[in-house]
Amino acid sequence: MAVITYREALNEALREEMARDESVFLIGEEVAEYDGAYKVSKNLLEAFGEWRVRDAPIAELGFAGLGVGAAMVGLRPIVEFMTWNFALLALDQVINSAAKLYQMSGGQYNVPIVFRGPGGAALMLAAQHSQSPESWLAYVPGLKICSPATPYDAKGLLKSAVRDNDPVVFIEGELLYNVKGEVPEDEEILVPIGSADVKRQGDDVTIVTYGKMVHEALRAAETLATEDEVEAEVVDLRSVRPIDVPTVLASVRKTNRAVIVEEGWPVANIGAQIVDDIQREAFDALDAPVARVTGLDVPMPYARNLEKLVQPSAENICTAARDVCYI
Amino acid sequence: MATKETRAHGNTPAKDTPAKPAAADGPDLPGLEPGELKELLRLMILARRFEEKAAESYQLGKIGGFLHLYIGQEAVAAGAITALREDDYVISAYRDHAQALIRGIPARAVMAELYGRATGCSKGMGGSMHLFDRSVNFLGGHAIVGSHLPIAAGVGYAIRYRGGDQVCLCFFGDAAVNIGAFHEALNMAAKWELPVIWIIENNAYGMGTDIRRSAAISELVDRACAYEGTASTQVDGMDVQKVRAAVDEAVRTAREEKRPSLIEAITYRFMGHSMADPSHGTYRAREEVEGWREDDPILSLSDQLIAADVITAEEYEEMDRAVIEEVEGSAEFADASPSPDESHIYDLVYSDEYPHGLDRRDSWR
Amino acid sequence: MATKVVMAQLSPTMEEGKLIEWKISEGDAVSQGDIVAEIETDKANMDVEAMGAGVLRKIVVQAGATVPVGTLIGIIAKPDEDIESLLSEAAAGPVAGAAEEPAGPSEPAREEAEEPADGPEAPSDGPEAPTATDEPAEVAEEPASAAPSAETEPEAEGERVRASPVARKMAAEKGIELGAIAGSGPGGRIVKADIEAAIAAPAAASLATAAGGTTAGAIVAEPAAEPLLRDERVEASQMRKAIARRLAESIGPVPHFYLTIEVDMERALDMRSELNARADGFKIGVNDILLKTAAEALVRHPQVNASWDGDAIQFHGRVDLGIAVAVDGGLITPVLRDADRKGLRRISLESADLIERARARKLLPEEYQGATFSISNLGMFGIDEFTAVINPPEAAILAVGMTQEKPVVVEGELTVRRRMRVTMSCDHRVVDGAIGSAFLATFKEMLENPLAMVL
Repeated sequence: MAVITYREALNEALREEMARDESVFLIGEEVAEYDGAYKVSKNLLEAFGEWRVRDAPIAELGFAGLGVGAAMVGLRPIVEFMTWNFALLALDQVINSAAKLYQMSGGQYNVPIVFRGPGGAALMLAAQHSQSPESWLAYVPGLKICSPATPYDAKGLLKSAVRDNDPVVFIEGELLYNVKGEVPEDEEILVPIGSADVKRQGDDVTIVTYGKMVHEALRAAETLATEDEVEAEVVDLRSVRPIDVPTVLASVRKTNRAVIVEEGWPVANIGAQIVDDIQREAFDALDAPVARVTGLDVPMPYARNLEKLVQPSAENICTAARDVCYI
Repeated sequence: MATKETRAHGNTPAKDTPAKPAAADGPDLPGLEPGELKELLRLMILARRFEEKAAESYQLGKIGGFLHLYIGQEAVAAGAITALREDDYVISAYRDHAQALIRGIPARAVMAELYGRATGCSKGMGGSMHLFDRSVNFLGGHAIVGSHLPIAAGVGYAIRYRGGDQVCLCFFGDAAVNIGAFHEALNMAAKWELPVIWIIENNAYGMGTDIRRSAAISELVDRACAYEGTASTQVDGMDVQKVRAAVDEAVRTAREEKRPSLIEAITYRFMGHSMADPSHGTYRAREEVEGWREDDPILSLSDQLIAADVITAEEYEEMDRAVIEEVEGSAEFADASPSPDESHIYDLVYSDEYPHGLDRRDSWR
Repeated sequence: MATKVVMAQLSPTMEEGKLIEWKISEGDAVSQGDIVAEIETDKANMDVEAMGAGVLRKIVVQAGATVPVGTLIGIIAKPDEDIESLLSEAAAGPVAGAAEEPAGPSEPAREEAEEPADGPEAPSDGPEAPTATDEPAEVAEEPASAAPSAETEPEAEGERVRASPVARKMAAEKGIELGAIAGSGPGGRIVKADIEAAIAAPAAASLATAAGGTTAGAIVAEPAAEPLLRDERVEASQMRKAIARRLAESIGPVPHFYLTIEVDMERALDMRSELNARADGFKIGVNDILLKTAAEALVRHPQVNASWDGDAIQFHGRVDLGIAVAVDGGLITPVLRDADRKGLRRISLESADLIERARARKLLPEEYQGATFSISNLGMFGIDEFTAVINPPEAAILAVGMTQEKPVVVEGELTVRRRMRVTMSCDHRVVDGAIGSAFLATFKEMLENPLAMVL
């Protein structure tokens, strides 16, 4: 079993899928000759050539739409956005074209495309470079959305995303690229889109989360175990559209209390949706209202101390968990 | 007023001023067989009669939403699309009925789509602005101005990627040249040498705005200079043969040289922007519209063909009658067709099987 | 096996009892539960029930005798059973192990049943007989009479219990009354842990059950716990322990201090007149109003509704008001249960009943034990004001004087108002001056603005 970084896991996924299926190609800024802004596409140009690893001009709307067109006529494009912040420019293609063409065409043209890139905050990149896109996009029927937290999940989900016949939004994280984890070497791993994973078992409180916050949640779980003797169950959603509601509910029914953690802004975010699923389907299992721990409702400030304040920490998660445990 | 004389070239006359046809085998008939010419005529009549019927149906409330009519511009669609092979691709904006019909989507399927019926070419899911038919490689029908241009570039990319020699024809209006997607798409197509033919259907107005008020360039075709390698030409869009000649050349350029082309077709729509917009009296003077009607592409060609004894007046009448019958039949068909099945409301959101039920318990239906 | 009939300790303060009469004679057959004798305690006359069956083989103590608690007074056995050993035991003297301390009137009764920290309300009084024999020779009367037991639970008064969904579900599944649980969550919410605790700690037997029979309805399911009041044992702080030690040593077992306040009774009396002018002819007394007001004030000042418990303060989850009643030869304090949950009408009915039966010495032990606060009113004797002695283990007692017209300055003007002086005696180990004063201020405030009682 190899221990590799999240970045390497993605690279492996790209390489494997492109080798397996000739219709798969990668397009984005700096993906070819620069080896990728975050080196995710390292050495792929050399392996697959310029038609399959294409450096795009800085024209997000343009190359996202190009991907859509190629997908409509049978290719499987992977469109890389250098960050999801820049992808705002391309959302017309993601939402008005990719998400809707299958239905608008009466089922004639599906769009097997992957839009991928890092989302969320990194370090002191300020307001325009720190956004979490999942809520804007989870709103849209026709899209599927993944947000893996570990190298294993990153590889398995990207492979599934490429093979998926519908548009998949794939959200990575600059601060996740260096995270190390075990990834099996000689077997093909495919993580189904829309399946959550219990990263830590526990009976006392359910922590639902995804992406970077999975690691904060696991840290919080350790603290809760040693300091409060509370065993938290950490449910990593891995996908935020569709959300694996059954796994979440099973956990809440067991622990009777839930804390939902996410990095992004609080208003109408993924957690707000999950709270509704829980209260509607597991009302009688609840011993306390569902708590949400999110980023603060402000554009990301630059100053280091403020950025730290804005982002949810393991400590915040512990506070919320204690609250729902009535400690 | 946007007369032929005042348009496009500042105040100089159009480069290709249409001249009245001379003899049947004169130099004005650029190598097309009589059969092809008749077909061109028929296709334009089909487009025209269909649009007229659609307008009537709209006024009767059988068609809802937006309806953008192509009346007056038929030469562009007919001249361009007939230059293609079956395995080429066509993509258009929202004024797409003529392109769809001429490309080969049956009139009844188009009309049923306009009526929102399950028998429509998009199964009633798209409507007027989203006509699709994969069997004839018609990729829609797009409602966001300019958004289909990058898509066209993507089709061109796929053609090159697979080493094919197909081409992609992309229709859009004059005002679309101002949107970012136009620039991004043409840039990529030029840079990567994609077989895309960009056709500007310059009908002088972006909805209600004269293009000269919004574009910082008087001749739209000149924009091609920013995309080196893109062949370009401006053509009389009211003359189907001229259009055909231009597109023939562009197709050759694309297929053989793998280079895109930008064709600016000077044309005119006799009706308003949509059914909600009057044909004159607001931003267009009646005289202007009347002036352009004198260049009706159908009448131009029919006059020409009759004069050249390619068809007779009776054959023309007969052709028209047959088309009218077809169009009437399509309306009857549409009217009699069922609406889409409501129980299938979630079926076309994803092509793959969806892992968790979309019909959430909170939909309360 | 023979059944002993003993002089049982029927109240925490009882040391001896008088055998008034035997209801049966030697040689009579006895079934379990039969009344065999009547005895007089320091509070009331009680019936003695046979705990076993057989024949009354021997009357050991004759009618009219007064004997210490624990004394064998009779023997029930099979006709041919050998009771020699018992007889010689009887000759030896009263059974050892009666109430430990020589109980003085102000001695806090340690025998009070210890309540579990959380979980269902234990009846705050119990037939604890910490005697070695531990024979609860109980006298439980058949399910009483009184109005209280016939009434439905206070829950019918419309209080909604706050409980989490899972707690409700668990309670429903286990047949636990939510109203019997004190919620430990925010705002008094009953949470899963509370139900789990309730399941783990079996409900302390109600008094009636221990008495060997059920008094159906006497004290039925506990009413919903008031969010602010709950049975809760709070370990005293070092400072408090020190205060307790010092003050007890200096003043006596219960360190009393006294707070007096004068209340303007105009509005309370007007309210009474108005209520009594109603067509249904039902009459409310001033005392009823005082009881209700005291109850409401206690709800808002739970620290007065508490007891000193060695090194902790026991907060009480209910407001049970003791009403001091003068009876022939003494004083008894019947208890108005859950006074805060009852309207004036009910308070009036119940207290009237209790007082009547108190005078007739017909109260059951559970009816004069376990108050959390007492009121003594000597107004009808013309007393202006007085200080009362606290009934341990309560933390305070309110002494009420006569309501009389007095000259008073109101907004700069001299006027005549009906005024009443009350003096509260406080156990300084539990109630400090500030707390007592706050309570009295509320009491006064509410009495002077009686409409607030409907809140």
